[in-house]
Amino acid sequence: MRLIKTATLAAALALCGAAHAQEGIDDPTRAPYYDSFKGKKVAYVPVAMGFDLTEGWAAGLKEALEPLGVTFDIRDPNWSTDAGAQAITTLISEKPDVIVVHNPDVQSYARLLKKAEEAGIYVVQVNMRSSYSTDVFVGADYVGMGQQIGERLVEVCSPSKGGSGKVAITQGVLTAAASIYQMQGINNVLSKHPEIQLVSNQAADWDATKAKNIAATVIQQHPDLCAITGFWDVMDVGTAAAIKESGKNVYLLTQGGGNRMVCDGLANGTYSESVVYFVPGQARDMATMIKQLLQLKQPAGTTKTTLFTPLTFLRKDNMTAASCWDMPTKG
Amino acid sequence: MPGMGRLSQEQIVFVLAVGLCAVFAVALPGFLTTNNVLNLVRSVSILGILGVAMGLVVIGRGIDLSLVALMAISVAWTLSLIEGGMPLPQAIAIGLAFSLFIGAVNGWFVAYVEIPAIFATLAMGTLVYGFGRYFLFDLDVVYMPPAGAPLLWIGQGTLMGVPVPIYLFAGVCLAGYLFLRYARAGRYLRAVGDNMLAARITGVPTRPTVVMQYVLSSLIGYLAGIITAASVASMNTRVAISTYVYDVILVVVLGGIGLSGGKGGIRNVIVGTLLIGVLLNGMTIMDIQYTVQNVIKGAILLTAIVIDTILNPRDEQTAQQGDI
Repeated sequence: MRLIKTATLAAALALCGAAHAQEGIDDPTRAPYYDSFKGKKVAYVPVAMGFDLTEGWAAGLKEALEPLGVTFDIRDPNWSTDAGAQAITTLISEKPDVIVVHNPDVQSYARLLKKAEEAGIYVVQVNMRSSYSTDVFVGADYVGMGQQIGERLVEVCSPSKGGSGKVAITQGVLTAAASIYQMQGINNVLSKHPEIQLVSNQAADWDATKAKNIAATVIQQHPDLCAITGFWDVMDVGTAAAIKESGKNVYLLTQGGGNRMVCDGLANGTYSESVVYFVPGQARDMATMIKQLLQLKQPAGTTKTTLFTPLTFLRKDNMTAASCWDMPTKG
Repeated sequence: MPGMGRLSQEQIVFVLAVGLCAVFAVALPGFLTTNNVLNLVRSVSILGILGVAMGLVVIGRGIDLSLVALMAISVAWTLSLIEGGMPLPQAIAIGLAFSLFIGAVNGWFVAYVEIPAIFATLAMGTLVYGFGRYFLFDLDVVYMPPAGAPLLWIGQGTLMGVPVPIYLFAGVCLAGYLFLRYARAGRYLRAVGDNMLAARITGVPTRPTVVMQYVLSSLIGYLAGIITAASVASMNTRVAISTYVYDVILVVVLGGIGLSGGKGGIRNVIVGTLLIGVLLNGMTIMDIQYTVQNVIKGAILLTAIVIDTILNPRDEQTAQQGDI
């Protein structure tokens, strides 16, 4: 009898508990989480819209932030550093909560970014950093990337492995962070490898036609050229055309955000290899950091975080359908 | 015409080009090889074709600052139409029609509304670039879609060992030369450029001739654009806002076509293009940095102009109104 009583009691208690669980317990972090984003403003100042990197970041940020009630605003200076500086100046007086900046070079925006932080705006820099460090930097570790590229060049072209040891570099704009830091990294490696000869180191202004003319001349002068490394896949379409026309077997190591066009290019032999900093991943990193900043509510400039994007060396033999991402369709 | 012992600017630039060639040939092994010379000419053939377009307008005493922007946008639009599934010939026809239409509007502004060419085309270039980027396509580099592959030969192919763009450059030069020399419209163009009022009195249809200049320049510009796109399998619309159009003007003026109109011919464009080509090629072989290249390029151009000014001093007869 006693046993039955106890069992009934236990059953009743259990039922009670179940009934309570059916009503649900509220997650105590939910309300403050959503509250911290309501009515916040994020402004985005890329070098220019209209190419894979900046469009990819914008799409990723929008997707992550807008459902939370954050307003996402794009200011497109369209390759003009002046217009970009003006956009940031205007933003400082408009006081959004966060500015996401893509620097055209290491100097131009440095003072403005400092001012923005002093005005209480969080500043997130993406991919190309300014000489002034702000709350967050998300992007490739370009010095490390340069070193890895240097090592790849040594691997591919070392005379001990049958290469000619002659390599060429096509940079973008000499003052861009991507160029300066990478050259540092590449030089770190090549200085230890005297068997690798840097026969040409030119800037093509991120333009395919200039890259093509440079590559054509270099291949002409050095028919035994082993490899060219270019600093952007969009520009290296031109380098690839020059290699194809020369009929020579030159290894083309390019780099970029891992857009679908790169996988296509690797598949059809336009590029031999590409160093990829995955753009949707970078967008997610930025969104995460913005969410953290907005929840912590510390004054702008108190913490400095650097998130280096993991790099993938994509080749025809190691890429999969998921290696590249598709450009978001506008609408 | 300069007398004996006096060199025209064209001749000075030609001598400079040959001199540079000689220096490079001695100093740089591999400069004076067939392949490198072909490569040199190929690399400037698009610049040269644009030079012919600009040259025709300048001879007619105009200037077309929208040339490069129009080229980039109309060709980029063509590529994005092909990408969208439109048959190749139709897409090319639409792009060409767009280009010609804008050219005609340019001409109309200059000839009938009588806006100075430099302002009309400057504004038009900006307008066309903005319009294209906003309404016609999304990305600032438009790739050649697989359906456009037949076009690639124009930019990347060779014919009897010579790159196709060189033939096209030669063809455009020849057509331009014949047009200026033998076509009635070509002679009208020169007459209008030399002295518009006198031309009008003698019965030349001056306004339609001015419109024709800009239509011609947009036509040749479109061709240059197609070659560019075919050559690098993409069209970079950023050239529209770069200083490329000034390089084109440089080729024209350097070769000796005066901005005051009526003077010069296609030969001047060829000479100007060659000097730039020799310079760029030699400096790339020497692996001179881009920024230093600009310094050297600027210095040589100034030298050419200074020599010209010393040898051919300006006087009341040669200095015309509007001479820049």
